[in-house]
Amino acid sequence: MLLTITTTARPATDLGYLLVKHPGRVQAFEQSFGTAHVFYPEADEDRCTAALLLDVDPIKLARTRRTPDLSLGQYVNDRPYAASSLLASAMANVFRTAMRGQSRERPELAGTPIPLRITLPALPCRGGPELAASLFAPLGWQVEACPVPLDEGFPEWGDSRYVTLTIEGESTLAAALNQLYVLLPVLDDSKHYWVAADEVDKLVRAGEGWLAAHPARAWITRRYLANRHRLVRTALARLADADDAPDDALDRHPIDEEPPVADPTAAEPGSAEPAEDVAAPPVPLAERRVQAVLDALRAEHAATVIDLGCGSGRLLSRLLQEPFFEFVAGTDVSARAIEAAQRRLAPGLLPRAQADRLNLFTAALTYADQRFHGYDAAVLMEVIEHVDPPRLPAVERVVFGDAAPRVVVVTTPNAEYNVRYENLTGFRHPDHRFEWTRAEFDAWTARVAGTYGYRVRHVPVGDDDPSVGAPTQMGVFIR
Amino acid sequence: MTEIRLPEMGLVVLVGVSGAGKSHFARRHFAPTQVVSSDHCRALVSDDENDQSATADAFELLHHIVRTRLRRGLLTVVDATNVQPGPRAQLVRIAKEQDVLSVAIVLDVPESVAKARNAARTDRDLPEHVVPRQRRELRRGMRDLHRAFRRAYVLTGEEIDEATVTYERSWSDKRELTGPFDLIGDVHGCRAELEELLTRLGYVIERDALGRAAGAAHPDGRTALLLGDLVDRGPDTPGVLRLAMGMVNAGTALCVPGNHENKLVRALRGRRVTVAHGLAESLEQLAAEPEEFRAEALSFMDGLVSHLVLDGGRLVAAHAGLKEEYHGRASGRVRSFALYGETTGETDEYGLPVRYAWANDYRGSAMVVYGHTPVVEPEWVNNTLCLDTGCVFGGRLTALRYPEKEIVSVPAHQVWYAPVRPLEAEPPASRGGHRESGVLRIEDVEEAVETRLMGRVNLRAENVWPALEAMSRFAVDPRWLVYLPPTMAPADTSSLEDHLEHPAEAFAAYRKQGVGQVVCEEKHMGSRAVVVVTRDAGVAAARFGVDDGTTGAVYTRTGRPFFPDPERTETFLARVRAAAGSLFEELETGWLVLDCELMPWSAKAVELLRRQYAATGAAARAALPAAADALARAEARGLDVGGLRGRIERREANAALFRDAYARYCWPVEGLTGLRLAPFQVLAGEGASYATRDHRWHLEAADRLAVADDLIVSTRSRVVDLTGDDEAEAVGWWRDLTAAGGEGMVVKPLGPAPEGRLVQPGLKCRGREYLRIIYGPDYTEPEHLERLRQRSLGRKRSLAMREYALGLESLDRLAAGEPLWRVHQAVFGVLALESEPVDPRL
Repeated sequence: MLLTITTTARPATDLGYLLVKHPGRVQAFEQSFGTAHVFYPEADEDRCTAALLLDVDPIKLARTRRTPDLSLGQYVNDRPYAASSLLASAMANVFRTAMRGQSRERPELAGTPIPLRITLPALPCRGGPELAASLFAPLGWQVEACPVPLDEGFPEWGDSRYVTLTIEGESTLAAALNQLYVLLPVLDDSKHYWVAADEVDKLVRAGEGWLAAHPARAWITRRYLANRHRLVRTALARLADADDAPDDALDRHPIDEEPPVADPTAAEPGSAEPAEDVAAPPVPLAERRVQAVLDALRAEHAATVIDLGCGSGRLLSRLLQEPFFEFVAGTDVSARAIEAAQRRLAPGLLPRAQADRLNLFTAALTYADQRFHGYDAAVLMEVIEHVDPPRLPAVERVVFGDAAPRVVVVTTPNAEYNVRYENLTGFRHPDHRFEWTRAEFDAWTARVAGTYGYRVRHVPVGDDDPSVGAPTQMGVFIR
Repeated sequence: MTEIRLPEMGLVVLVGVSGAGKSHFARRHFAPTQVVSSDHCRALVSDDENDQSATADAFELLHHIVRTRLRRGLLTVVDATNVQPGPRAQLVRIAKEQDVLSVAIVLDVPESVAKARNAARTDRDLPEHVVPRQRRELRRGMRDLHRAFRRAYVLTGEEIDEATVTYERSWSDKRELTGPFDLIGDVHGCRAELEELLTRLGYVIERDALGRAAGAAHPDGRTALLLGDLVDRGPDTPGVLRLAMGMVNAGTALCVPGNHENKLVRALRGRRVTVAHGLAESLEQLAAEPEEFRAEALSFMDGLVSHLVLDGGRLVAAHAGLKEEYHGRASGRVRSFALYGETTGETDEYGLPVRYAWANDYRGSAMVVYGHTPVVEPEWVNNTLCLDTGCVFGGRLTALRYPEKEIVSVPAHQVWYAPVRPLEAEPPASRGGHRESGVLRIEDVEEAVETRLMGRVNLRAENVWPALEAMSRFAVDPRWLVYLPPTMAPADTSSLEDHLEHPAEAFAAYRKQGVGQVVCEEKHMGSRAVVVVTRDAGVAAARFGVDDGTTGAVYTRTGRPFFPDPERTETFLARVRAAAGSLFEELETGWLVLDCELMPWSAKAVELLRRQYAATGAAARAALPAAADALARAEARGLDVGGLRGRIERREANAALFRDAYARYCWPVEGLTGLRLAPFQVLAGEGASYATRDHRWHLEAADRLAVADDLIVSTRSRVVDLTGDDEAEAVGWWRDLTAAGGEGMVVKPLGPAPEGRLVQPGLKCRGREYLRIIYGPDYTEPEHLERLRQRSLGRKRSLAMREYALGLESLDRLAAGEPLWRVHQAVFGVLALESEPVDPRL
């Protein structure tokens, strides 16, 4: 909510000309979400400080939104206090001329680097003081960033995501303001509270002259442009609210199974050989998994396949590419995943004969469902590890007992292999409820096969490490 | 005069040339919606009922309508010429598919009459040759009519106008018989045990001149219902038949046939059958009886109806059980299912066919009682019960008293016949009823839920999906998830200065609805928790079908487990179990469901606190002093900052109050240390939902738990007589409560609900400071408060009411021992409603 800009360039009061705001006045500018006040806590020849105080009206903000955002966080959030993207947009509005580098009274000064000291008492900064330093230092600023504790009464909660930031250095005022304009939302990395279609243009304009040379430019760009969509809360967020959980607590769904840390799919740490005799880069594990599943299905002559837990349809799209597979169905418990699969596979745009080979629908594997019946094969690719162990028997009954296709292909991580991933602590994905060793997977497949009258064979997927096995284990069940 | 007898449920095919008067006949005897006419269907698909090019589509539509109506059990009359065997056969096939009977009514009019009628019609121009051709076709196929249809009536001349229609019920339809019944499982020639069981049930055996049991009657007029397989394997098949026939003839028993009767009938008729499975014994024993007895037995067994629908449709008896779509239907397929059941086509390790476990998928409302498959213990599976406890194999002969649902059995005198497969070796498919019915079907949760309180509660697809996702990814096992707490609406928005909520509005609302007395309960600020606790793992397995050793569950208002680790859940449950102590005995239950608040708030909501509440406080603490300082310096320079400085300083104070508001509900927890459980309702136990009991009873029970263990805290409360003048005192109580940091209170009606009115089960009045957590640190500023008062409560109230109805419903179903899917349906409904977009601050 507060930004102060101090200069010691003599006469310091020329700052008023650059900002087009008179140091002797207190001015107010109406914004769509509150009022921006500009005033000068100090203004003399040697030293002049301009303050931009954004008084956010949380109720106005909440109630003028175009989408009915019924979230608890509407009234209880940091927007009235933090230097969020709201401050950035107020700045762009109030200091428009200064950001363009123009000044009627002091045109030369506008283009001259002057000593500046800029303070933001509550800057949201996911990544802590180091992140702030790593973004501002390459631009020539001296950075002082102090973390703000969450609550002194509860030291165990640690620091908040806010830092009190002061940057000091010589820069044109316009460059400083533009850098802030881009970097505030980047540091915040939170939802943006304004929506515009021309964000790329704005970024290009504000980043002129400094962004291209910034070592973190790609990361800055990605973060700046990220999180622009999906301002409408999902219904799952409402359920999270009801449970006193953060509104994305239920929505961290692995639509596609890609481990977040030390991405095990990217490289194959098991292969010690350098890539000399290999022409192509190593095939990612996710791809090898798809290949292995396709191979198993072909080998078992399974021409109709249902992908249970299809995510965004990675396997489905490959199945559709092969005429061998006559009919393909995909189902997921996440309606968002099914939407993503719809977008990826776009059945509406396919020729009728192709589109008729595909069926996509929302369903849960813990409920017996007639729609799972009648396929040669069912695939559970990286699915079972997302099921709570006490609920697994229900899934087994639904898939092996009720739908009971001739072939069931199951893949799941091999926990033993995790030691091969650097920096991996815990599971490969935060939503995993378990990861099994080979012995545990063997025991499970044997029990399921015995109970439901299947034979099972195991296929390692990925490079088979002599001591810990392959990264993915696959069971092919045949009835 | 011809009397046309039609089945109440079935297909009627009118047959006759154009102009025979079929439509006229149909109008006279049937309701318009019962008649599906080809002309009408033709018009529907082409806008012209004479457009012959539309005939194929028209019949596709006609068949669809006929199929749908028959599936739904409606009498359906097809008005089309139907003079060719082909189209008639198609209709008959559809009737068979739906397992109903079909009847043909031929209107045979002279060509001249038909032609004259057609000529008189202005809307149709029929070529000259059509009627003669149709007559020829009709004549040719006439002989086949009696073979294709159950009955065929051919009406000519005046018969057409004079015919009357009467309806006859299907043989299986005995809905008028209300019992009470004593249903008896497979007897298999165990006459002595049958006599014993009947005596145990209170029947008086009547004996013939030779002292043989030849009948039995119950002094209270009860009716025995023998579930088939009276014969074979055992020592005295004739004796059993004599007793059964005597009872059935005297009207003191009903009987459905089993597969063994069916086979014995064929054998007695001299058909070639494989003499196995104990048939030899029957034939040998019957050979020793006089010819007359054999004839009587044959005619008795042959005349048995495949299954019986009794007591207004609430009870179905069939030897091998019956799936819902076959109830009251008549076809070879239905009979075969009722006698033999369905098999999956596979055989087990003993070479016996694997039976289709139809009961697991059974979702009907009628209770189905059957035998056929020997089980060690009769076990309810989705409102069905198998009573064959293998008496002839040395097990027991078992009866079910209906409607008491009481099981009575007598042990076998000896092993009369060695089973091919040991009884205990029955696959779990027929033993672990709960485990089996633990699998839910997607249809169970997709539809509207019938509730006793509010009738149908509809669920929208867009709310079902997120609920499905939350349920399958995060919720505890559905066998434990027997209840989800409904949301609660606040009282009307207060008009008092400084307040958004105030008790006065809650009292006024209840007074207006005719409630005389309310209870005000302290509202704890933690997280809502439902605790399901059983006395031991044995109860968990027997009553909830959970046999992994867990003894209950503690879950949040969306069904997520409260504790991440099962061990902590079990230690927590052990404490609650011990505290509940004598409550189990008093309520005669092995389990309890408690509605509670679990504190501190930070135990569950710590992530939310850190990300949202504490973060907001931290940002405020960092920003506001800096802003106030900047303004102070500007003011010191002589600038007029107007009211801005005062405003920022007020906000600073508000932020501090906000911080205090949430911090009150946070304290450290280590294991169970620090946790506080405040139960405020004992929702249900075996056989009873207590949800609608007087709240004072609930609070007393909670107090007893609190005395027993300091993990548990009681809930302060006070009763307010709305007709008296103790309201002011209650308001003062609320003020003190909230001033001391309390969240607020809930006002709930006491005493019976006013007649014919739906009254909110509770209205909450939250405290002024607490509401900062909801509406933001500065909500008390007049300019904010004024705008916040414009909140609409209608949707929230409606939602609260519907969720309450679903909550009560799930508890009623649970207490009544209804199948899992029925309980789950109502619970799922609450979760689906919770994902409806309603202002969560209310």
